[in-house]
Order: sequence, then C-alpha cells, then structure tokens
Amino acid sequence: MDFEYSSDQKMLADTVKTFVKQRSPVERFRKLREAEQPWDPEIWAHMGELGWLSVPFPEEAGGFGGGMVEVGIILEGLGKALAPEPYLASVVLGGTALQRAGSEAQHERWLTPLIDGQAVIALAHAERASRHDVREPGTTAERDGSGWRLSGEKVFVLGGFQAHQLVVSARTPDGLGLFVVEPGDPGVHRQPVKTIDGQGAARLRLDGATVGDDRRLGEPGDAALGVLRRVLDLGAAAAVAEGLGVAQAMLDMTVAHLKDREQFGVPIGAFQVLQHRAVDMFVEVQLLRSMSILATVRADEADDELRERSVSAAKAKLATAGRFVSQQAIQLHGGIGLTDEHDVGLYFKRMLALNAVLGDEQFHVERLAAQPGFAA
Amino acid sequence: MPRMDLSFSAEDEAFRREARTFIEESLPDDIRAKADIDAPFSPQETMHWHRLLFERGWVAPGWPKEVGGPGLSATQRFILSEELELAGTPTLSPFGLMMVGPAIIQFGTPEQKARFLPKILSGEEVWCQGYSEPGSGSDLASLRCKADDDGDHLIINGQKTWTTYAQYADWIFCLVRTNSEGKKQTGITFLLIDMKTPGVEARPMLTLNGQPAFCDTFFENVRVPKANVIGKIDGGWSVAKALLGHERTLLAMVGLSRRLLRRIKRIAAETTVGGRSMLETPQWRLKIARLEIELEALRMANYRAIAGAQLGRAPGPESSILKLRGTEINQQLYELAMEIMGHDALSWYNEDGVIPAMEQGIAPNFCYARAGTIYGGSNEIQKNIIAKWILGLPSGK
Repeated sequence: MDFEYSSDQKMLADTVKTFVKQRSPVERFRKLREAEQPWDPEIWAHMGELGWLSVPFPEEAGGFGGGMVEVGIILEGLGKALAPEPYLASVVLGGTALQRAGSEAQHERWLTPLIDGQAVIALAHAERASRHDVREPGTTAERDGSGWRLSGEKVFVLGGFQAHQLVVSARTPDGLGLFVVEPGDPGVHRQPVKTIDGQGAARLRLDGATVGDDRRLGEPGDAALGVLRRVLDLGAAAAVAEGLGVAQAMLDMTVAHLKDREQFGVPIGAFQVLQHRAVDMFVEVQLLRSMSILATVRADEADDELRERSVSAAKAKLATAGRFVSQQAIQLHGGIGLTDEHDVGLYFKRMLALNAVLGDEQFHVERLAAQPGFAA
Repeated sequence: MPRMDLSFSAEDEAFRREARTFIEESLPDDIRAKADIDAPFSPQETMHWHRLLFERGWVAPGWPKEVGGPGLSATQRFILSEELELAGTPTLSPFGLMMVGPAIIQFGTPEQKARFLPKILSGEEVWCQGYSEPGSGSDLASLRCKADDDGDHLIINGQKTWTTYAQYADWIFCLVRTNSEGKKQTGITFLLIDMKTPGVEARPMLTLNGQPAFCDTFFENVRVPKANVIGKIDGGWSVAKALLGHERTLLAMVGLSRRLLRRIKRIAAETTVGGRSMLETPQWRLKIARLEIELEALRMANYRAIAGAQLGRAPGPESSILKLRGTEINQQLYELAMEIMGHDALSWYNEDGVIPAMEQGIAPNFCYARAGTIYGGSNEIQKNIIAKWILGLPSGK
C-alpha cells in the first residue's frame, strides 16, 4: 500500500496551489459567473502551456501519459477556488471520449488543439428521459449517403456552449455510436443554459443534423458503449476529486468563521455544540478524501466490477458527505451564509452541481448493489 | 511516474495467508462453533485462544521483539487483527496486552518488565483497568481514589467502577490520587495492584447484554508496595496519556464490522417476505449498500492511517476519526441486523431455539455495542479533542 504522492505529483499539487493563489482566487469566478463566456480563454491557454490539459492522454496521442490521480490533484486544487475553466467537462469527459474512441487522424484534428488550450470539447450524453442511464439514448443517428443524420436533444451539456466540438452519443442500427458535432453543422441548434452553480452548460438540439463519416468515433455497438461507460467512470471519479476540494474549502472557511465570529462575548467556536458539528464535517471530509483516493486510483481499472464498485461507492459518498458538509457550512455561517456576497454559497451550489451530474446518489448506490459480488 | 497503490505487497499478502491458515488450523472446534453464531465466549475459551496465539508468538503483535513481540510491521499487525476479527475469534482482553503492557514497556523499570511482561504474554496473569470512578468519568482527572504514603508502601482507599471483568483478573492497573495540591492532573499516580491483596473487592454487575461484564471495585486500606508504581509518583497522567496514542490504527473494528456486514447479507438472503428474499428486495438491499459504502470509506481511511504508521509517521488527522466512525458504524450495522430480523429481534440468547442460528447472538451484541461510543474516551470527548487539537478551536464552553 502506498498513499504517498510521488515527487512529481507533489510538484504538480504545488503548481496548482500556486496557480490558484496567484491567478484564480474565488473573486475571478465571482466576476465571470454572469458573463456569457463564463471562463477565461487566456487561463485555458495557460493551462495548456502548463501541460495540465494533456495529463490523462497517452503519449502517442500527444498526452502526458498521466492517470486519474494526477487529474484528481488538479481538480481538487481547482475545486478549492472554484476555477470555472471546463477541465472536468472538456479534458476528462469530452477529451477522453474522443481519445479513446477516435482514430489517430481524429486525435490530430481535435485532441491536439484541446491539449494546446486552443479548443474545448464537450460530451453530450445526458438526456431528459434516460436520467443517468446512457445505454439507450433517444437521440438517433441514421446513415445518410456517405455520412450520418442525427436527431434528438441533449441537456445540460457541461461546457457545451463554448465547445468547439461536441461528442454526441446516439442510437444507430448497430448500437450506441459516438459522433463529433460542431456548432456550425447544418441542423445543430445550441442554446446557452444557466446552471445552479454559475458555470453554465448548453442545450443541444439536433434537427436532422448532417455530418460526414469522418465524424464517427470508432465503431457503433459494444465498443462505443464501452468507451462511454469508462469515460463516465473517469468523470465520476473526477467529480469526487473536485468535490473534495470544494468540501475541504467549505470546512476551512467554516472553522475560520467559528474562530472569528463573536457572540455572547466569545468566539462562537468555543461553544461545544458548534465544535462537535465542525468535527462531524471534518470526519466527513476525511472519509471523502479516502474515497477520492479510492476512486482516482480505480477509475481506469480494467476489471469492470472492481472499477464500478469503487467509483460508485466514492460518488455516492460525495453525495452524503458533500450534502452534509455544504449544508452545515451554510448553517454555521448563519445569516451571512445566505447572502450572495459570501463565498460559502458559491461552494454550496458547486457541490449541488457535482452531485447532480455523472450519476446521483441513488444511481450509484443502485449500481453498487447490482454488482454480482454484492450478494456473494 | 510511480502510482498510488491500494493493494498490499506480495510479502504482506503472504503474511495474510499465513495468518488465515493459522487461524483455520488452530481455532478449536468448540470456539469455532460459537464464533459461527456470535455466541459469547467464556473466559476459559478466551484464555484458551490467548494461549494458542501466545504459542504462535502472535499474542502481542505490537510489542517490541526484545520483550517478546513478534517484530511485525504496522501493516502486518493490522492484517493479523483484521483476519482475527474476520474469523470471529475471541477478542483477547486488551488490558494487559494493549494497555498496561505497553505502559510497562515504555515507563517501567527493568525489574518491573521482568516481573510483569512474561506473564501478560503467557496469559498466566489476567489484568483489568481501574480508571473510572463513580464521580469521575469523562472528567477522569478529577479522580479521588486515594493513595496515602506509608514508607515503602501506599495505602489505597476508594472505589473504581466499570472495571470490566475485574472478577476474573489477577491484577488491576489504577490511577490513584497521591497529591491533592495544584492542578488535578499533576497529583495522579499509575499503580499496579494485586487483586488478592487484603481489602480489594470486585463486585460484578450485569450489563445490557445480560453478562457480568462490569464490576465495582472497592479498596479498603489496601497496602501496595511503591515498587508497583509505573513512572513517577504524581506522574501517572502522562503514562495514561501515552497509552491513548497506542495502536490507534486498530480501533476502527473494520474486520469485525465487515464480518457483521457479511452476516447481515446472509440473514437478509435467507429471510423471505412475501416469497422474496429480503436481499432481493430493493429497499433492503439499498439500505445495506448505503452502510457498506460507509464501511468502505472507513476501511480506506484506516488503510491510509496504516500506510502512515508503516512509514513511522505520527498518527495524522485521518487516524483521529477511526474510533469515532468505527464504533458508530458498528452500532449502525447491529441496528440494521435487528431491523432485518423483524420479530426475531425480540429473542435473547435463543436457549429455546426459536430463531435460526445465524441470528443468534445479534440481540445481546446489539445491546453491548452501545459500549463502543462510550469507552476509551466517549465519542463526545473524542470530538472535543479533535476540535481543540486538529481544528484549533478555542477551549470549549
């Protein structure tokens, strides 16, 4: 067993910390959240220069050849400061879907600009009717001459309104397929959608959108579905890591408030009832940190049962720990916690968003309980 | 780039197999039969298992080699404890092996080590603990059991309570008041008392599981040689504090709780309601799954703590939560077991054989599991400690 970061990983964590401190305090997100462009393309390019956008991709695809532990280090750091750049949406979801399903030529065409910080790729998999089950999308893709015609609607596409490419899941006669759609393609209608956490998403309507066969990523069927499911596990593990950063920040903020705020002539942190609540939050953050390690280490595990079990346990824990920590953070801040001017509410809402996407608590508890090994 | 690794090394896995094989081959049949149904072990059965572990050299895994420990690593100690718990073997009395033993090792004189340690190991002398008093529970330092100076001896008068299994013990280690001046912590002495000394009387009382687990222990003009003081006279509080930090990574009861979870699944699988097993009924299955996730999070936290201990690091924040969460989860598991048992939860020791063997023992153990969040510093006291020493919050109101 080894829970230590390697020296490279420690360096990465330090770089992220320095970056957040110098270039991305929470005020940056606060200003951007109302903008039509809710994140900063210059910062995205800077992340590309730092090599962060290449982390989970293999070297032959121009990547750094890292793993989800490194991705987790970056996302935990970004989560602590609510950095709004679409790292989870574009690198972990859109990027790995493209890299794992796509050909070398497709990597060169779309992945390279992402790695360089010049493009954003979103994953459009969520639909209203199917909730978190991605196996049989309502969106269809039919052969149309040498290309494809796509019809359907995708909701809450993370990072989707600014994305240069969208990886769309659709039902073909041979099973689930993955296709690259661009905003300018005929029949593609994209609309910005405000989200609860201020980070923004898109609604994507495909009205007989026509694309060439060069937009097909791999073969429809089990292969494409397998990629999508693996990518969503990476995404769920990444959400746990980001959520850990969010939870840790809320705990730190709350403990600081308890030391600072005075009532009845003493810091309110001297009251045992509040101390014990803060300890309950601390315990949940410690457990969440343990589960984030489990999730990031196992997120790309080839053994389906081991991977799904670990990721689902961790994502379900993000729901219970995240809910408790964020609700108590507001409670312990009192009235100020209700105001928009205080940061704690921004974190509260980011936690809500992370729990609503990539499988909610019910989905993951059910998936864990459905594993063959559960009853054994 | 080296990766984080959640698996045990090949060497540690081999040790796990060795431990498992030893338990399979050595656990006597009568004890195994009781373990299978969580029936309570008699003191004789527990001591029998103690001796078998002693012969194997594994009775005091945490002790240094020079005083009879096996020289196992922190990871191996955890593995051994997990395997013993998973197999449902009798829990050895912690008072000698885990408490007074380590205190003597750390603070004792060479004479004290030679006198006491070998018999703790062999089980020849059984120990109990005299800390709490009727007026001193969580506020332990307020204790009043008095030790008056009488030349080479101390004369003890007072009462200790919740002295678990004192009626079977040969020796008791006590915190006694040798000085009433100054801060209450400074006048306390850590003292070893032979239970056969005139004036010592242990009166057992029944606990919630119907067993005589606790005693009130009375001391009336009990003469104890000063040679039995561990550390310095008036210096007992630091001995007691040092003990609290000992083997904290073993407090989470992950093995016991995993075994209980397996048992819960078995009970649920074999209990049918309306023709369907409870394990196949979604609302029950998901209830079990939610608790399994909490246990998994605790297990990962425990692994982090062990990996830290293995590197020789002082226990970090992750280990402070182990006792707290470990005891809570253990209670929640018993509660779920009782819930799944339905009417069978009304049963007691099942001497009349009305409930299936797999459910036997759950109800009394459910009751006794309430002790977990009280002993060893109640969970509320644990929270005070975390609030002060880890979160840095001001002194409590």
